[in-house]
Amino acid sequence: MSKMATREAYGRALAEYGADERIVVFDADLSGSTNTARFKAVYPERHFNMGIAEGNMVACAAGMATTGKIAFVSSFAMFASERACEQIRNSVCYSKLNVKICATHAGLTVGEDGASHQCLEDLAIMRSIPNIKVVCPADAATAKMAIKAAIETDGPFYIRLGRLAVESVYGEYGDEVPYELGKALQIRDGKDLTIIATGYMVKEAVEAAAALEAEGISARVLDMHTIKPIDSEAIIAAVRDTGLIVTAEEHNIIGGLGSAVAEVVCEEAPCKVVRYGMRDHFGRSGTPDALLEHYHLTTADLVAKCKEALASK
Amino acid sequence: MTQAEEKELKLFAAKMRRWIIEGVYNAKSGHPGGSLSCTDLMAYLYNKVMRVDPKNPTDPDRDRFVLSKGHCAPALYSALGLLGFFDVNEIKNLRKIDSDLQGHPCMQYTPGVDMSTGSLGQGISAACGMAIAGKLDKKDYNVYSILGDGEMQEGQVWEALMSAAHYKLDNLCAAVDYNGLQIDGKVDDVMSLGDLKAKVTAFGWNVVEIDGHDFMQIEAAYKAFEANKGSGKPFFIISHSHKGMGVSFMYDNAAWHGCAPKEDLYKQAVDELDAAIKALED
Repeated sequence: MSKMATREAYGRALAEYGADERIVVFDADLSGSTNTARFKAVYPERHFNMGIAEGNMVACAAGMATTGKIAFVSSFAMFASERACEQIRNSVCYSKLNVKICATHAGLTVGEDGASHQCLEDLAIMRSIPNIKVVCPADAATAKMAIKAAIETDGPFYIRLGRLAVESVYGEYGDEVPYELGKALQIRDGKDLTIIATGYMVKEAVEAAAALEAEGISARVLDMHTIKPIDSEAIIAAVRDTGLIVTAEEHNIIGGLGSAVAEVVCEEAPCKVVRYGMRDHFGRSGTPDALLEHYHLTTADLVAKCKEALASK
Repeated sequence: MTQAEEKELKLFAAKMRRWIIEGVYNAKSGHPGGSLSCTDLMAYLYNKVMRVDPKNPTDPDRDRFVLSKGHCAPALYSALGLLGFFDVNEIKNLRKIDSDLQGHPCMQYTPGVDMSTGSLGQGISAACGMAIAGKLDKKDYNVYSILGDGEMQEGQVWEALMSAAHYKLDNLCAAVDYNGLQIDGKVDDVMSLGDLKAKVTAFGWNVVEIDGHDFMQIEAAYKAFEANKGSGKPFFIISHSHKGMGVSFMYDNAAWHGCAPKEDLYKQAVDELDAAIKALED
């Protein structure tokens, strides 16, 4: 299987779907990194570099969306979701404008740039804003499908993308995946527990499930690529069938996928939910692998977490 | 402008002011001071400048208006209501639970509102987006915006000004309603704007300065904007005005930035404005 960063899949998808003249793309001096430069290379007249001014960029995109455009807006997740947070809320979401915030370099695996650039709160913040859909693809194939879905679905989106080239989970960029917005993808079935993962952690969840199987533990794996609206049915079914849930995310354990899953479980089908992710602290500089090891977020850590959870099931 | 035309504009503005007071009084909250200071600009814009149709408020070719100082919604609603975008009597229900007239403008609810605003600094950015779209689509519509002078303290405004010049938005005309007062007092005491004309000029805009209550000067400014099209530079109007204009006890008084008159003062304001309307109708 080949490796591709979800940000690269985003840029490729933009260029691929860019013949649709409603599409306009905004960037804040990071077009090479976010990959919107791939769109710019084909459709320069519809690519707008707004300089290092994210708040203006988001509200400007909102104004453009009032004229019938589909406005894609990109920066690093840190600045897109938190610097421009209020513009996303008040200028985009309040009026349900057709703006797609495509935030790259999310999470710990940004690596060496350190804590100032490792956005670990965006899922929590974005999913608490009404009218926006929150999506976090696991690989290049599903990232492309998320972009396609965002083009086809009117209204605000927050799409969380990574810097790091990741192994494909479903296939190569461009491969068809039975992807449906708001519907979790079940990657494997199991009966002892369910690992519900999103983004980068889907790959770890698949590896962890394989390792657990070798020890005689049967784990279902769900890719919760849409954090909002969350797939309650898949969560309730997981509780019914396996009775234990471990969530895995490259995000603070407060407010993100784990919280979203726990909310559904508490209200609809109570069972134990163990949250695996960044345990409420900032990151630091280091290679992605070194950071995952430092913060106990490797596949081996996830396996251990699952076994620990099972012991108290 | 003929004297008759000027009188018509003054009458429209006086009626707007009457509805601003009516709305804020009935809501028991809202922002009368800054609504009354930008009334004359808006009266001119909606009657003489903007190509808008109350029967077709979402016409893709229409001129756009963004009230970046969204708290002055009562002024916008008064203009839209008097022009027939909705029943002007709805202003009596301003800010009420079953009304479409929100405390700050919401494009989802109110016909004629082109952008939801209220959080200062964001409207002017949205106006830039609309203007860029107009250029991209080769449409000849213009985008008009009014900002507050206190709003000029928001960093985002300057980001927007920079981007408008960069994208050569000569289809964008922004005006600042410079009444000199904000919630906590004088703009000069809270956070002075310094030489605003020099600053906006330095940001790449063509700037004129006018008396925002003199229709002759307002007309000259918007004609200058029309003449400026093709220059590749966005156009900025510094409109010197008085908070609370038209109501004696609110005039130049920061205390009326964001509060509604009680019954006795409401009656006084109504008497003053009704007298102004009557004088203009004679």
